Amino acid sequence: MKFKKKNNQTHPLTWRIRKDKKPIWIEEYCKKKGYKIAEETLNNMNSKEIILIIKNSELKGRGGGGFPTGIKWELMSKVNISKDKYIICNADEMEPGSYKDKLLIEQLPHLLIESIIIAAFALKAQQGYIFLRGEYIKANINLQKAIKEAINAGFIGNKIFNTKFNFKLNIHTGAGRYICGEETALLNSLEGKRAIPRHKPPFPALVGFLGKPTCINNVETLCNIPGIIKYGPEWYKGLSKSNDYGTKIMGFSGKVNNPGVWEMPFGTTAREILEKYAKGMCKKVKLKAWQPGGASTALLTEKHLDTPMDFTNILKIGSRLGTGVALAIDDKINILSLIKNIEKFFSRESCGWCTPCRDGLPWIVKILNKLEKKQGNKKDIKILRDLCSHIKNGTTFCAHAIGAITPLQSAMKIFYQEFKYSLK
Amino acid sequence: MKNIKKINKKKEIKLTAKEKKKIKKEKKNYKNKNSVIIEALKIVQEERNWISDEIIIAISKEIGVSYNDIEEIATFYSQIFRKPVGKHIIKFCDSVVCYINGYKNIQKKIEYHLKIKPGNTTKDNLFTLLPICCLGNCNFSPTIMIDKDIYGPVSTNSIIQILDKYL
Repeated sequence: MKFKKKNNQTHPLTWRIRKDKKPIWIEEYCKKKGYKIAEETLNNMNSKEIILIIKNSELKGRGGGGFPTGIKWELMSKVNISKDKYIICNADEMEPGSYKDKLLIEQLPHLLIESIIIAAFALKAQQGYIFLRGEYIKANINLQKAIKEAINAGFIGNKIFNTKFNFKLNIHTGAGRYICGEETALLNSLEGKRAIPRHKPPFPALVGFLGKPTCINNVETLCNIPGIIKYGPEWYKGLSKSNDYGTKIMGFSGKVNNPGVWEMPFGTTAREILEKYAKGMCKKVKLKAWQPGGASTALLTEKHLDTPMDFTNILKIGSRLGTGVALAIDDKINILSLIKNIEKFFSRESCGWCTPCRDGLPWIVKILNKLEKKQGNKKDIKILRDLCSHIKNGTTFCAHAIGAITPLQSAMKIFYQEFKYSLK
Repeated sequence: MKNIKKINKKKEIKLTAKEKKKIKKEKKNYKNKNSVIIEALKIVQEERNWISDEIIIAISKEIGVSYNDIEEIATFYSQIFRKPVGKHIIKFCDSVVCYINGYKNIQKKIEYHLKIKPGNTTKDNLFTLLPICCLGNCNFSPTIMIDKDIYGPVSTNSIIQILDKYL
């Protein structure tokens, strides 16, 4: 269902977005009820109350993992080993095919800032960083301006909204590595080291940035906070059509008539997004397969299009919601070549820390290259399967390599014929 | 590991007042010295186009961290160039959405037009061609980035006109 008119209770993330897509600066943001929720929260609520509301809302992380935000916050709030606590917004959006956070940062920078202020207050963090992808130039310019505006208005700094709460917020831009999106690699990068994932435990809530308790949340996750605080967990749950709650920025790209992203309730079917919002496949092409949420998610086919887009239902059909921005793969595309493209990306972006990832992924690319040129044999397919079985949870520090082999495994299962045709 | 004494003997390069001022400003954002490295490298690279061994020594003196700490960063992140590059950096998105929408034709056209392969610089030092992962511009795919500008959707015809802007 498409809402007739966007408002703060139907589209809590995007209702303020202008038709001309220009950023909403502080004056307009405040006219549209901006910073009111932060002011009320800081003046009338305490940390425990805020965390309880977020926990009850069952908000799940929107960075791809779907970890419950309330539980993450609760873990962090229980740590009292240090006065220094940090909140970090993960805005290092580099997953191929995903661009949902960019929309929020570029057009609604103040929504993100207001959300971070509330989160920092709840977590008792006095310093925050937005870890922004280096190539997001416009987002950086807009965020910098918005932070300056917020400082001048007294929303960032000392005694915010006449309370005792002090908070500093800075932008840290990445220098171009996909692995920085992994939260512990992000911490290393922020500390001025190579972005190599850390062993967990200890979790960042206990030992994070500079060894201090740190909470890392995705842009879209944070942007949900003001709405939940204002209207409560029950309202938030009521927004959804499924058992994963709230709205989600979802979309379709590829050879579709209207590629883009839109905020819609969880549980909207992929078919509805593809046909009504993305206006269907382009002329002369048909849908062959699709990925629900980025390059690391397993391939699905047309028969899965009626599945509601949410964490639970997408998992049930053997894939992951990921970032929720889907990719339509058309029938003109050779699946083997497409998978090679994906594997090449993951191979190039491996940080090199674990052997299965560092050596396994280039090996996979090499074999796929051979198969693409029809120079491979059955043994190559067996090696591919072996490699996939050796790259799994527990053999690597992070999920990079596991994310890499997921589309390969699904392609070998669904489109085995194409792999077979590629043998010499 | 590089012989720093040997590099030191080569030629001492100092940071400009402008670079120092910018780095100093960045330092205020962090409690630790190392966090400034990435931003310092970017600041210096913006002025000098690439990061030489000698300039790493100058940065290490300015921030107060070791040469190796900086080189470790400089060789890891794709936005930092350890060899001279052209005046303009062309980054073509080679990720999956641009693959579907035909980035390869764009790449070929650039290669043919500039007579370089990815990773190389034109003879006149004007352009360096590099691949990049998803620029988050998938609704305007295929997409390229030249310096700080993003273009998309790019066609094999429009790419030449875009390149001409930077001549």
